[in-house]
Amino acid sequence: MKINQADLIPILIVPALMLIGFLAIGSLSTWLTLTIAGLAMGMIIYTIASGLTVVFGLMDVLNFGHGVFITLGAYLAVSIFAGMHGFLLSPDILRNLLAIGAAIALAVVGTAIAGAIFERLLVKPVYGDHLMQILVTMGGLIVGEELIKVVWGVEQVNVPIPAFLKGVFAYGDFAVEKFRVYAFAVGLIAFLGQMYVFSQTKTGLLIRASVHDREMVEALGYGVRRLFVGTFIAGCALAGLGGVMWGMYQQTLVPQIGSQMTVLIFIVVIIGGLGSTWGALLGSILVGIVANYAGFLAPTFALFSNIAIMTAVLLWRPQGLYGAAAR
Amino acid sequence: MSPLLSLNGVHTHIGLYHILQGVDLEVESNKVTLLLGRNGAGKTTTLRTIMGLWKASGGTITFRENSIAQRSTSEISRLGIAYVPENMGIFPDLTVKENMLLAARGAAKVKDIDQARLEWIFSLFPAVHRFWNKPAGKLSGGQKQMVAVARAIVEPRDLLLIDEPSKGLAPAIINNMADALMQLKAKGVSILLVEQNLNFARRLGDNVAILDGGKIVHASPSDEWFAREDLQQAHLGLTL
Amino acid sequence: MIPWSRLLSNDLPRSRILAVFLIALMLALIVGPFGFTGAKSLSICVKILIFAVLAASFDLLLGYTGIVSFAHTVFFGIGAYGVSIAIVHMGANWSAVAIGTLAALLLSVVLAFLIGLFSLRVKAIFFSMITLALASAAQTLAVQLSSVTGGEDGIIFRLPPVLMPSFRLFDERVFGIFVDGRVIAYYLILVAVALMLLAILRIVNSPFGRVLLAIRDNEFRAEAIGYPVVRFRIISSVIAAVFACLCGALLSIWLRYAGPDAALSFEIMLDILIIVIIGGVGTIYGAVVGSAVFLFAQGYLQEWLKLAGAKLAGIPLLEQLLSPDRWMLWLGVFFILGVYYLPSGLVGMLRGTVAATAPIQSRQRRRLAFADRLLGRNK
Repeated sequence: MKINQADLIPILIVPALMLIGFLAIGSLSTWLTLTIAGLAMGMIIYTIASGLTVVFGLMDVLNFGHGVFITLGAYLAVSIFAGMHGFLLSPDILRNLLAIGAAIALAVVGTAIAGAIFERLLVKPVYGDHLMQILVTMGGLIVGEELIKVVWGVEQVNVPIPAFLKGVFAYGDFAVEKFRVYAFAVGLIAFLGQMYVFSQTKTGLLIRASVHDREMVEALGYGVRRLFVGTFIAGCALAGLGGVMWGMYQQTLVPQIGSQMTVLIFIVVIIGGLGSTWGALLGSILVGIVANYAGFLAPTFALFSNIAIMTAVLLWRPQGLYGAAAR
Repeated sequence: MSPLLSLNGVHTHIGLYHILQGVDLEVESNKVTLLLGRNGAGKTTTLRTIMGLWKASGGTITFRENSIAQRSTSEISRLGIAYVPENMGIFPDLTVKENMLLAARGAAKVKDIDQARLEWIFSLFPAVHRFWNKPAGKLSGGQKQMVAVARAIVEPRDLLLIDEPSKGLAPAIINNMADALMQLKAKGVSILLVEQNLNFARRLGDNVAILDGGKIVHASPSDEWFAREDLQQAHLGLTL
Repeated sequence: MIPWSRLLSNDLPRSRILAVFLIALMLALIVGPFGFTGAKSLSICVKILIFAVLAASFDLLLGYTGIVSFAHTVFFGIGAYGVSIAIVHMGANWSAVAIGTLAALLLSVVLAFLIGLFSLRVKAIFFSMITLALASAAQTLAVQLSSVTGGEDGIIFRLPPVLMPSFRLFDERVFGIFVDGRVIAYYLILVAVALMLLAILRIVNSPFGRVLLAIRDNEFRAEAIGYPVVRFRIISSVIAAVFACLCGALLSIWLRYAGPDAALSFEIMLDILIIVIIGGVGTIYGAVVGSAVFLFAQGYLQEWLKLAGAKLAGIPLLEQLLSPDRWMLWLGVFFILGVYYLPSGLVGMLRGTVAATAPIQSRQRRRLAFADRLLGRNK
């Protein structure tokens, strides 16, 4: 999880890209809008992707069903929004915060519980076998999505945004949507939180050690299984949180929203390197920024921008930007 | 006085291989028991079986009146057994400090570790102190070995299982290691030591057990065995 | 007397029940248009045929070479679009069909080769994820290049007159039906599928196939002995792609349509996976059995759900769970159960063998399996 201090090159890609984008786009205000949109999108993606990559790095488990927790988180939040509609629209910022806080809380708790069940039923029996994991978690994704349809229906749902997040911050002739700034902030908090846990807490220490040598950690007297389950649940909860943000970002919700994101999340994790939080962050930001730049400059290409980035990165570093060479 | 650890008729299978074929072993408290044998005799397997990393397929293992043969590795460790594996088990991306902190189960932060004990460990293994904030992977083989043993004793444990601590070490370092283990022994720590280096082993051992063909074929105070060249030849194919 | 052993390349069913099932299936499919009158039943038969080969070629990749590639549908799509685009541009004649198929095959071979090369640079898990991304990109591409591919709507086209429903081979009914273009198309597909299945059996039971198995069981060892693992993997990928491409061509000929949902969707990939898993990985027969069982069930699952739903009408949650729209839910559940309880698939269960992909494969077993493979001692 730690970056080799000498390996700062990948980080430099981001400012380089921003510069190229600026030159291509021309207008400062447009560039700023696109960049911030890209960063916000990137941070939301990071929130979701970080869970997946840590679970793989630690448990060697590839959860093809990660997307279902995105969907679940989003729908749980929307249920709260529906129930606390007045709070959402009220000009009182406290009420807004209450509504959104409740939504996030339910989303995180709900996906954590779902994650625990998912792990127990589907993941635990197939530790160590990648093929079975792929199959079983994909099956879990399908079943989960269908269950969501049963509970919430198949129709598209509108996602309201709290009053205090509507509108823009305007500076001169450049405006940025308030929501984007807050999405970025949430993602940043998620990132800083993870960094803190990994470097300053014993749990983080355990995770970093277990990635390398599970057996030795057990021999030191720690129950690694509990660590695994906890990490898996945390990963699902992060996906749920990301789902709430993504729902608000897209402003509409369909049951397939999670599985639609699966490919994108995979691409991000591949770009960053399986198991690396830093890599996930970089990958997410790259994808977010390029998607927004390309959407403006060359819309058709934008659809393939992710694959293009992925191919380029893999040709340079087959393990991803910060892929662990050991695995 | 009942032994600290005893194995009775322990069998271990790895896949189709029947490695341990009825091992009877006793480890006395406050003594160093040497586990010697030819390459491939099953010495490491014995340690791993005690530690629960490989499940015994038969027999019993008793540690201080507790049966541990069917317990999980972390449970066994928490009963008071520390394990220093052949490959040292150092976490290379973590600093020496973090490696030690991890081994100190009772401590959430470094300052929670018994400082007096830490000072004693530093005196035994100066390298641990010198490289405190360096990633453990950057240390030399000998230094890693020191960290591995230091980790095992950062908190008091009843029994240490140490697998070939002298392997691959330069002679000068081996002396350091021997001194350290002698100090441990002087403090009354019980050790089950697997070794190939007989000179090293001789300095430390109180009792010796020879593993051959998956069984213990000889167990006695070590002085007796080290005095008998014929036994050494028979058991290991060489003499001191 | 048909020399069964030689025809099936010495890879016999090895289970009485399996053999009986296969014979019954074969007879049913041969009788096909004469036996089943509904349009739905006939289309299920065709799907069973095509998916048998599609799944078998996937099994070649998964069960015999050990590669998990979600890009299999891309080649299926290339085959489907190849024929349709050729006919649109060159008219509904046999040369268009031929050229379209050949062009599709060429593209498939090149693409499979490139993907195979790429798999060198990355680890297996990475590779699987990348193929997923590629498949998704292919679907997007098909929709985007609407001038060529007809976009979301796809391409509807005519076939050479012989294959069109309006064509009649005989004026009189034969066994109750008119032998029209559709019937002819059906038998064309039947023969093609039979030939392809036999070919695949031949390939996996040849020395080439045995080396593939050795590579799957212990790649490092195979390389150490001197087999150029990469070369074998690439050849295997190309072969699998070729069969998938031909399947796509056959499907579009039957449907007289090619579109992103019919030829490139992820549902197809899921279907293939389910078929291979239910049938039995690494057996080829599994693909045939799985195809028949799964597609039959899928075809009628919605009706069964409707029946069950009607019985339990009124109970709110249950009604939703048993709604025919939620058939994927039950499919998913059966799939998961199948993965757990039938790790060797139906064929493995009938044969009583341990799965090649049984979850906990001890190193020892792998070593023995490796040796067995090379010496040609089957399972």
